[in-house]
Amino acid sequence: MRRLTATERHPVRFTLNGKPAEGTAHPRMLLSDFLRGVQGATGTHVGCEHGVCGACTVRIDGATARSCLTFAVQIEGAEIDTVEALAPAPGRLSVLQDAFRKHHALQCGFCTPGILMSLDTLLATEPRANAERIRDVLSGHLCRCTGYQPIVAAALDAAQTLREETDNA
Amino acid sequence: MKPAAFDYVHCETLDEAAEMIAQTGDDARILAGGQSLVAMLNMRLATPTVLVDVMPAQDARKVAADNGTLKISAAVRQASLLDDPNLTSRNPLLAQMLPWVGHPQTRARGTLCGSVAHADPSAEIPLALAALDGTVILRRGRKRRSVKATDFFLGMMLTDKADDEMIEAVTFADVEQGTGTGFAEVGRRKGDFAIVACAALISPKRVRLAVGGVNDTPFVKDWDTLSPQDEGEALNALAWSLDARGDLHATARYRRDLVRHLGAKALKEARTCAD
Ligand SMILES: Cc1cc2nc3c(=O)[nH]c(=O)nc-3n(C[C@@H](O)[C@H](O)[C@H](O)COP(=O)(O)OP(=O)(O)OC[C@H]3O[C@@H](n4cnc5c(N)ncnc54)[C@H](O)[C@@H]3O)c2cc1C
Ligand code: FES
Ligand code: FES
Repeated sequence: MRRLTATERHPVRFTLNGKPAEGTAHPRMLLSDFLRGVQGATGTHVGCEHGVCGACTVRIDGATARSCLTFAVQIEGAEIDTVEALAPAPGRLSVLQDAFRKHHALQCGFCTPGILMSLDTLLATEPRANAERIRDVLSGHLCRCTGYQPIVAAALDAAQTLREETDNA
Repeated sequence: MKPAAFDYVHCETLDEAAEMIAQTGDDARILAGGQSLVAMLNMRLATPTVLVDVMPAQDARKVAADNGTLKISAAVRQASLLDDPNLTSRNPLLAQMLPWVGHPQTRARGTLCGSVAHADPSAEIPLALAALDGTVILRRGRKRRSVKATDFFLGMMLTDKADDEMIEAVTFADVEQGTGTGFAEVGRRKGDFAIVACAALISPKRVRLAVGGVNDTPFVKDWDTLSPQDEGEALNALAWSLDARGDLHATARYRRDLVRHLGAKALKEARTCAD
């Protein structure tokens, strides 16, 4: 049993986008604030801070989760992936990101980091995901701009490109 | 919206968590998946001074087939039970209901025991627990007691659990061979809490309908038999017998109507798979 006191900052060591990372946090610090404010990883957005909008979605040990409903001190030893991990190199986009651009799957972009994390995770585990599965995963996100249709189209397009890439590999 | 300050306690065993809660009482809260609690902390609807994280406890991750029941410990996440390939054959009703609990992103963290402890009147897991003759295993330090689901839920977000107790596990009775199950729900959007949800179980001995979202606690109605001809009238009587109220999401009349329609839908599905 470890008790971390409210008034002190405690060290948190974890893996961020494949690289070792560390920082300190009070127990009450949300993972979303820790990523943005302490780690400087501002790609993750914060909207509602009560789990509803999905903008803050990241991967924790391979599964998508709300970073606004997790405390930084809970991720000691965990692997965290954020939207910063998706692009393969500076100036290049992932297949999914590229499909978002092609299909106008974003306007203001506020919801996009969370949606990308959810759909990237879906396509990695279910390369044959159909529109229904994509919509099921999208149900965990709010987008005020697009009406969702272009997001579904982008995800289907990306799924097909990824399948062709693996088939031809 | 940030939580008030609290001490965070990382527990490696259930014993540690139970001990901590027993000592600290109503100043402490168990932190499970955090999908309801952290939202409440962020909004300062709850301001505990100690959070007792039960998720790191290895011995709290067990799912055990136990004497005709499925026993689910405190740190079992909704997604991990849903991923269990044997769930549909053991407990088809739970397998039908779990996909309606929030979204993939919340099920990846949220637990079954946390949902039972939270006791939202519209929540699917408490409804499943009531429909499936479930029990809640409570612990105060090393002392355990077991409470039937129908006695556990006392009101809206109100349960028989004392502040110095924790839920160690919940059990759901297995669905017997020859019993058909059905589930139907209406919410504002996919993944939202239900406005009304109905779970049906039909065996040669009994017809059961459990209704969530209307009364403050899950409501279970049993009939010895219920022929399709009598069903409409029985569902209408059931709808009027409940304490339907109007709120921001739905009028009382709409809720009663949903009981009639979703009840029929769930019973039909149960009848089809019982045949
Ligand atoms: C966007 C969104 C949509 C949702 N939609 C739904 C939905 O459609 N249906 C639904 O049912 N739920 C829904 N939920 C809530 C659900 O996801 C939660 O998982 C659940 O209500 C609580 O489980 P938890 O493990 O996250 O518990 P926590 O949030 O960690 O805890 C909830 C409460 O239970 C107490 N507690 C937890 N575990 C124990 C224990 N072992 N012993 C004693 N007390 C304990 C905590 O102290 C706290 O008071 C939704 C949540 C979000 C964010
Ligand atoms: S900011 Fe986390 S879900 Fe909205
Ligand atoms: S692109 Fe603006 S909210 Fe989705």
